[in-house]
Amino acid sequence: MTAVTTAMPTAEQHGIKAHSDGPIVPVQTRSERFKSYDVTDFAPVTGREAEWRFSPVSRLTDLTGAPLDGSPYAVQATDAADISVEWVGRDDARIGTAGFPEERASANAWTGFEKALAITVAGEGRRELTVVRSGLGSAPRAAHTIIEAKPFSNAVVILQSTGDARLSENVEIIVGESANLTVVSLQEWDDTAVHLASHFASIGRDAKLKHVVVSLGGGIVRVNPSVHLAGAGSDIEALGLYFADAGQHLEQQVYINHDAPHSRSRVTYKGALQGEGARTVWIGDVLIGRAATGTDSYEQNRNLVLTEGTRADSVPNLEIETGDIQGAGHASATGRFDDEQLFYLQARGIPEGEARRLVVRGFLAEIVQQIGSPALEERLHQAIEDELRGTEGE
Amino acid sequence: MSVLEIKDLHVTVETDQGIKPILRGVDLTINEGEIHAIMGPNGSGKSTLAYTIAGHPKYTVTGGTITLDGEDVLAMTVDERARAGLFLAMQYPVEIPGVSVSNFLRTAKTAIAGEAPAIRGWIKEVRDSMSNLRMDKSFAERNVNEGFSGGEKKRTEILQLELLKPRFAVLDETDSGLDVDALKIVSEGVNRAKATTGLGVLLITHYTRILRYIRPDFVHVFVAGRIAEQGGPELADRLEDEGYDRYVDTANVE
Repeated sequence: MTAVTTAMPTAEQHGIKAHSDGPIVPVQTRSERFKSYDVTDFAPVTGREAEWRFSPVSRLTDLTGAPLDGSPYAVQATDAADISVEWVGRDDARIGTAGFPEERASANAWTGFEKALAITVAGEGRRELTVVRSGLGSAPRAAHTIIEAKPFSNAVVILQSTGDARLSENVEIIVGESANLTVVSLQEWDDTAVHLASHFASIGRDAKLKHVVVSLGGGIVRVNPSVHLAGAGSDIEALGLYFADAGQHLEQQVYINHDAPHSRSRVTYKGALQGEGARTVWIGDVLIGRAATGTDSYEQNRNLVLTEGTRADSVPNLEIETGDIQGAGHASATGRFDDEQLFYLQARGIPEGEARRLVVRGFLAEIVQQIGSPALEERLHQAIEDELRGTEGE
Repeated sequence: MSVLEIKDLHVTVETDQGIKPILRGVDLTINEGEIHAIMGPNGSGKSTLAYTIAGHPKYTVTGGTITLDGEDVLAMTVDERARAGLFLAMQYPVEIPGVSVSNFLRTAKTAIAGEAPAIRGWIKEVRDSMSNLRMDKSFAERNVNEGFSGGEKKRTEILQLELLKPRFAVLDETDSGLDVDALKIVSEGVNRAKATTGLGVLLITHYTRILRYIRPDFVHVFVAGRIAEQGGPELADRLEDEGYDRYVDTANVE
């Protein structure tokens, strides 16, 4: 099942007038959504809020409602020249510079964290760093991470999560002028894990961020990237890949805020669903503000439904406040397996099971191929292969 | 000596208007090394015959038999038919995003041969076949049929024919949409496959044009779901001059 809605065009653009038979409630522009880092500023979550309406809120009450353990946890980081990984205090000047919480779980994490994990990238050569956290335990906890790419730096930072967790967290990504940063958030949790994350990125002049969300493991995983294209000529490539098995809820709410001239965005999220109760949600909001002239944006979501009993929601929204843009588009499609593809491959002698795997692998490979880290790409191809093995015997 | 035998084949297809009979008793025997052209007007059931031989689920066989060296083809799944030695070159080959041509070819070859081809020999074989079909090396790394022009898709079909080495190939309007240069290249590929493997060919076409480059041993005229007339290559020449009107009128009178 698919839900597709589109934000209303602005009144100025299309001459829409209020109906005479009653007050019309205007669609709130995305940038006007309430923001605060104090959890008490938010009412308790009911599930009727725009940002919670697709989420299983009754299973998240500890993360949205109760105080969280905000102490530092064990991390393992690979070594990379010019990249530092350290715990910093709440008074670190960078905290709050990339964005603020827009919902209660995010604010709860913000209120509760004691120290932030700061990853700072300097230098100019291309670096790659992997930070692994494994087994954060079953007690609800908060986390805060800062990833800062200094001007002209160039790095791939991989945040990898495994084991069990009940975690609400915020990740701030600050991309300095002309920096080129790739951030990969890799969710390979155990199926008991619950993970709510808000990523806030602020991209400086002529800088480029490639932001990749890969969700394979976890009971409930919700990763919401908000990207502020703040500097002229800033660029975001937002990629997502998710594979939901029986009973898994994988969600992502992407928000791209074009706030500077000649900024560019590409959002591509692809997901596969298999098994009873496999559930995915994708919401993609793109706002092209008045200042964002000459921008170019495109967002798309594709879902491949492999079995009965799954549900994929896909909601692209596009708001444009200036007429002077290069391009803006969105697309969403959720479909079953294409029987003609299957026939074609089988007609070349390839058995049905293998043909299905080939098609799904190909469907998701489009995202994997764009990550830009050969070792990680290889590992993800294998991880997808393992997910697909789960289909065998059905 | 291999033989593909079709006897009294009846096939229906499900449409919005209900079940519609398409093939109404087709008899056809193709021996190894023979080229049979099936010609006929649009809607006569030519493509249905092609897809029924390959086993497309859309078509239901309601009567008759298809056998390959005595084996019941209709009892086989689509992939079993391919592994038994049948090949269908499709009129509209399907795009497979994210799957490279080289990966696809190797996977198909492995499935058909029952084991992975030896790497070095295989790479050379693929390269040679591509060069024969005037396909740039870069095709191997492109996704199957994605963004290919009509002519490139048809060449890719013939590339598969040459590499997978079936015993019988059904070419479903492989000539449609090809300019004369591409038509020659594709025809050479078919002729090469026949010369090296003794392939039997069922060449389905609306036009006589391709028959200048692939000489048929037999020509069958297909009208209203059955063979209305058959003969040698001279029949194709007559069709070129007279068209299908004569047959269509007769069929309508019936």
